[in-house]
Parts: sequence; structure tokens; C-alpha cells
Amino acid sequence: MAQVFPKSSNTLSKASIVVAGIVLGAVGLATININRTTYVTTQSMPIEQVVQFTHTHHVGSLGLDCRFCHTAVEESSYAGIPPSKTCMGCHSVVWKDAPILEPVRESFRNDTSVEWIKVHDLPEFVYFNHSIHVNKGIGCESCHGRVDQMPLMMRQNSLNMEWCLACHRAPEQFLRPKDQIYTMGWDPEKALGMTQAELGAKLKLENNVQSRTNCATCHR
Amino acid sequence: MSQSTHHADQDALIGPGHTMATLTDKISDIVLTKKHPLQWFAVTGIAAIFASLLALTVVNLFFTGIGVWGPNNPVGWGFDIINFVWWIGIGHAGTLISAILLLLRQEWRTSINRSAEAMTVFAVMCAGMYPLLHTGRPWLAYWLLPIPNSMGIWPQFRSPLIWDVFAVSTYATVSMLFWYVGLIPDFAVLRDKATKKVQKVVYGMLALGWRNAARHWDRYETAYLLLAGMSTPLVLSVHTVVSFDFAAGIIPGWHTTVFPPYFVAGAIFAGFAMVLTLSIPLRIWYGVDDLITDKHLDNMAKVLLATGWIVTYGYGLEAFMCFYSGSTYEEFMLLNRLQGPYAFQYWSLLLTNCVLPQIMWVPKLRRNIWALYFVAMSVNIGMWLERYVIIVVSLHRDFLPSSWGMYAGSRWDWAMFLGTLGFFTTMFMLFIRFLPMISIAEMKALVPHKPGLATGSRHAAAHH
Repeated sequence: MAQVFPKSSNTLSKASIVVAGIVLGAVGLATININRTTYVTTQSMPIEQVVQFTHTHHVGSLGLDCRFCHTAVEESSYAGIPPSKTCMGCHSVVWKDAPILEPVRESFRNDTSVEWIKVHDLPEFVYFNHSIHVNKGIGCESCHGRVDQMPLMMRQNSLNMEWCLACHRAPEQFLRPKDQIYTMGWDPEKALGMTQAELGAKLKLENNVQSRTNCATCHR
Repeated sequence: MSQSTHHADQDALIGPGHTMATLTDKISDIVLTKKHPLQWFAVTGIAAIFASLLALTVVNLFFTGIGVWGPNNPVGWGFDIINFVWWIGIGHAGTLISAILLLLRQEWRTSINRSAEAMTVFAVMCAGMYPLLHTGRPWLAYWLLPIPNSMGIWPQFRSPLIWDVFAVSTYATVSMLFWYVGLIPDFAVLRDKATKKVQKVVYGMLALGWRNAARHWDRYETAYLLLAGMSTPLVLSVHTVVSFDFAAGIIPGWHTTVFPPYFVAGAIFAGFAMVLTLSIPLRIWYGVDDLITDKHLDNMAKVLLATGWIVTYGYGLEAFMCFYSGSTYEEFMLLNRLQGPYAFQYWSLLLTNCVLPQIMWVPKLRRNIWALYFVAMSVNIGMWLERYVIIVVSLHRDFLPSSWGMYAGSRWDWAMFLGTLGFFTTMFMLFIRFLPMISIAEMKALVPHKPGLATGSRHAAAHH
């Protein structure tokens, strides 16, 4: 029988080693990074709601405090979604016949809920409590981003565990004075003339903020 | 080399009348041309059915969860870990034969090393399935590896379970490399002797362009020795690490320093039993009793006897330390083994592992395949029972009587165990069908040389 392998087999077999290395490396990198892509995290993707509520207008232009609607944030694990009554406080007068607000009026009339889609939806195995974060000096902005600049609500951050741990390992990077928790765009340099490092070290001591990385802190 | 010719005929490592050419033909014909015996089809067929059962159990496990298995509170480990340890232990004989016996220049390893290495690779595959599946979410198995993942955490390096991951994956990699490197010259033989194009192409690619050149042999010898050197510590380290899974825990019956050496001896014990289980039928079916001779069986029986005594010593010392420690819990554990609800398993293990193999003291029985097969089966069962006793008996009654419980494997546990046996057998039968089950290149070193003929092969030079 004639030779089954042509001369080019030598080159091909050597090249295949390189190609195999590249493919394996690429698969490895993809495996590591797939969970960091916005495809998986869906971060920075505005979510369509029943009513296209705009934080830009309500927070940015009107200057409503976060707690005006999210009333439970200081005492509860859950910050709270306002009842339609809160909306109607203004919208029975302002924009009272606007078609876009019909689902809100309908919910108010029938005493049903507006079915909002949860944007920051943590997995069930994660225990999260808003109150401890805001009471220890973490601003809304640190996790939720510049809500006052979001026409439609979206997730600013990945909510991957490495993102949680980045702060839990060194919370001083994000601590701010307790009266500035609800401020958007707060800057320690402009407000206090201090760097975040200086302020963080000071507040960490004052408020007894500790790094919490035990598994049971979040997975109970 | 010269040993085999000087001794009496019954100690020969190769049958009379073999030359280089007859060896090559005899071994390669099994793969290339010979019609396979009826037994091959029967065994492969039955094994494949059980391998399908494995697939079924795994699918059921994925869709239902590990609740289909027997483990409960307090017996959190059951068949999954019993079978993991059993399978991984079996692999050890292959590595011992291929690495340590090579370095010690034991010529009798030559005709059994290929199939023993194959056995190792397939046993490690079966073993590896269990820890992956018992996590309950095997698609997250990459969490076991220290890769910079999106969770921002590493595995717990202080846990013996993560040492296990490294030990077993290293073991699997080195075993496969060793097996493959040893196969390269034989692949070239098959390529050259093949008559069908498919065979030529497949074996040719696997032979990596082997042309039997002196430079090839030189590099091959170096690579083979290096791999043997790397495998040698693995024979001891892998099962040591497996034993740490238990020894690092504080449960009475686990927390014992004698575990590492006696686990290693037990692994070799179990492994040789499995080598015998596999090679005795091969000898009969393929008529290779001139290559796997009575001398081989005799030697394997001796290894079985020796490691069996180390294991027996381990059992004795375990029992002694329970008494000598003065610890109430340890004493209770021993009494519970001897007369508790699982006493039958403990006494059976002593019978099958310590008592029955003693018939190997009789030289005649070491060369009697029926006696050997009986002992090999006894040890296969005994070593499985040993892991059952260690895991279940220790867990089911720990410190608090209020948390005592009982354990029994569910039918899915049994189905999966039978499934891995089927998978293992199927793989081994395919190996017999498609790869040379005895190393052609190495066997040539055992051929008596005619005067004036240049020494043909690798070990000849080293042994003179």
C-alpha cells in the first residue's frame, strides 16, 4: 500500500500542537470570563416595565429623596417598592390623564399591584439586608450607580460575588458620612477636601465597620 | 534478561520458541486480523448493557438530584465515596507495575504492564465520576479548580478534599501520558502491519511519526524513565491523600495516623486482585499463556499475599489503638464494628481480605488459575467492604446517640455501581480489541538472543 500520509503531515502535526494550545487557552479564558460578560449579568441593560418610570426625572430633576418611595430602606432588609398611593399623591393632580400612567391609576382604583420587574434580583441563596449597609455608611450610589441619570432603571453593577467581595474585603473604599447616603454624585474631595482613603479610614474606625467575608455573612 | 533462560522452564517469563517476529505477529494479530473469541462478544455485550445503566442513573441523578442516593444525616457519605475509593485504589496496581517495577527492573512486569495501565486509566475514570456527581451540580465542577473565577474566591486549600482534586487529576494525567508514551512504538508496529487504510491512518496518527530511529528510541527511553519517576511518588501519594479525606476528620474510626500507609497497601492489594481478575480470562481466551506465564501469576499472588498482610496489620493496629487510646468513643467504635448492626460487613471483610488470601502460601495454588481467581474475587469484595465499613460504620454512630442513624445504598446507588463496573469492563474490552494488550516492544527484550545477534531492544542493554 502506498504511503497514507503526505509530506505535509509533518508540518500539520507540528502546527496542530500550537493550535491545540491556542484553543485550550481560549476555552479556559472563556470559561473564566463568561460570568463577567453583560450577556450573563445583563448589567447596563435597561429593563422595560409596565410603566416606563424615569428616575432621571424624579430624582435628577425633581430632587426626590430615595426614601420618599423606598421607605423601608433604613429599617428593613428590603428597601421597598412604593404603593400606587404614593404615585397618586402627585399624579392625581399632575399628568392626571396621561395615558402612560393608566396602569398606575388602574392599580389604585382596583387595589391591585403594579407588576414591576425586579431589577436587582439576587439569587435566593444570598441573604442581603439594605438597612445594615445604609446605616454603616454605604451610599445608594455605590451599588446602584447614578440612578438620577437613568431614564429607565438598569443594573449598574454585575452583582457577581467577586463584586460583593471587593467591598466586603475592604469597605473603606466606599464609606461616606451618614448624612450623605442618599446623595447622588457625592465626592469626598469636593465636599470635605479629603481623599476617600483618608475618609474611609476615619469612618471605618468611627462607625466600627468591619470586613465581613465569612461564608455565613451572606449564605445563611 | 539472562535470568529467564537460566531458571527452570516453569519460571520462564516467555514461552519457548518465540522470536522477535513471532512475538510481533502474535500480539498485533489480536488487534489487526484475529477473529475475536465468542467470550469477547458476550462480555462486551453484557458490559455495554450495564454501561447504559450507568448513563440512565446519571441522567436520573441530574434531573432528580442526589436524593435518589442513600446518604442521609448522619451518614452523609455512602456509595459515592465507597466506590470512589474502591476504584481509585484499583488503579494503583497499574502504576506500581508500570513505574516502580520498571525502576526496580522487574522483568515480569513486561507482559502485564500494558493491560494494568489500561486498567488504571479506566479505573480512574470510574473513580472520578463519583466525586463529580456527588456534588449534585456537576456542571459547576470547575469550582473545584483554583481558577480566578467571577466569585472572587479560591477553593479551600486547607481541606483534604481539594488535595484530592489535585491528587486524582495529576494521577489521571500522568497515568494516561505514561500509557500513551508506552504505546507509541506499538502503534508504529500496528501502522506498518495494517492492511486497511483506516487502520493505517488512525494508528499512524497515534504513532506520531515513529520510524524506529535510534534518536526516537533515545528520546523515548528518556521520556519513559521520566514518567516512571513522576509516577513512582504518585503510587504512594494519591491514596495517602485519599486517606486524608478521612484521617483529617475527627470521627472515631477515621482519625487515625495508620490510614495513609494502610490505604496505599490496600490500594495495591485491590489493584493486583483486579489485574488477576482481568488477566486470567485474557490468558485463556487469547491463548497468551506463553506471554502471561504461570510465573507472572505466581509473582502477582505473592504481591497479593504481602500487601494483604500489611492491610491485616493495619486492621490489627486500628483495633489495638482503639483500646490503647483509652478514648471512650474509639472503644465504642471498635465494639460497634465487631458486634454492631454492620458486624456482618466487618467480619466478612476480615474473612475475604485476611483469611482467604492465605491459601496463596501454597506454591501450587499460586499457579492454579481457579484458586487465584477465587482469591482475586475475594479481595475485590473485601476491599469494597473495607471502605463500606470505614465510611458507614464510623458515620452512623458518632458522638451523640441522639444523632445516630442507619444507611443502606438505594437501588440507584447499586445501579450506578453496577454501571461503573459495566463501563469499566466495556472500556477494557474495547482496549483489548483496538490496542495491543501486551507491549510488543518491551516483550522483545525477553526473547532469548541468538549468539552474534545484536541486542535488539531497550531493556536488554540495561540488564546486562
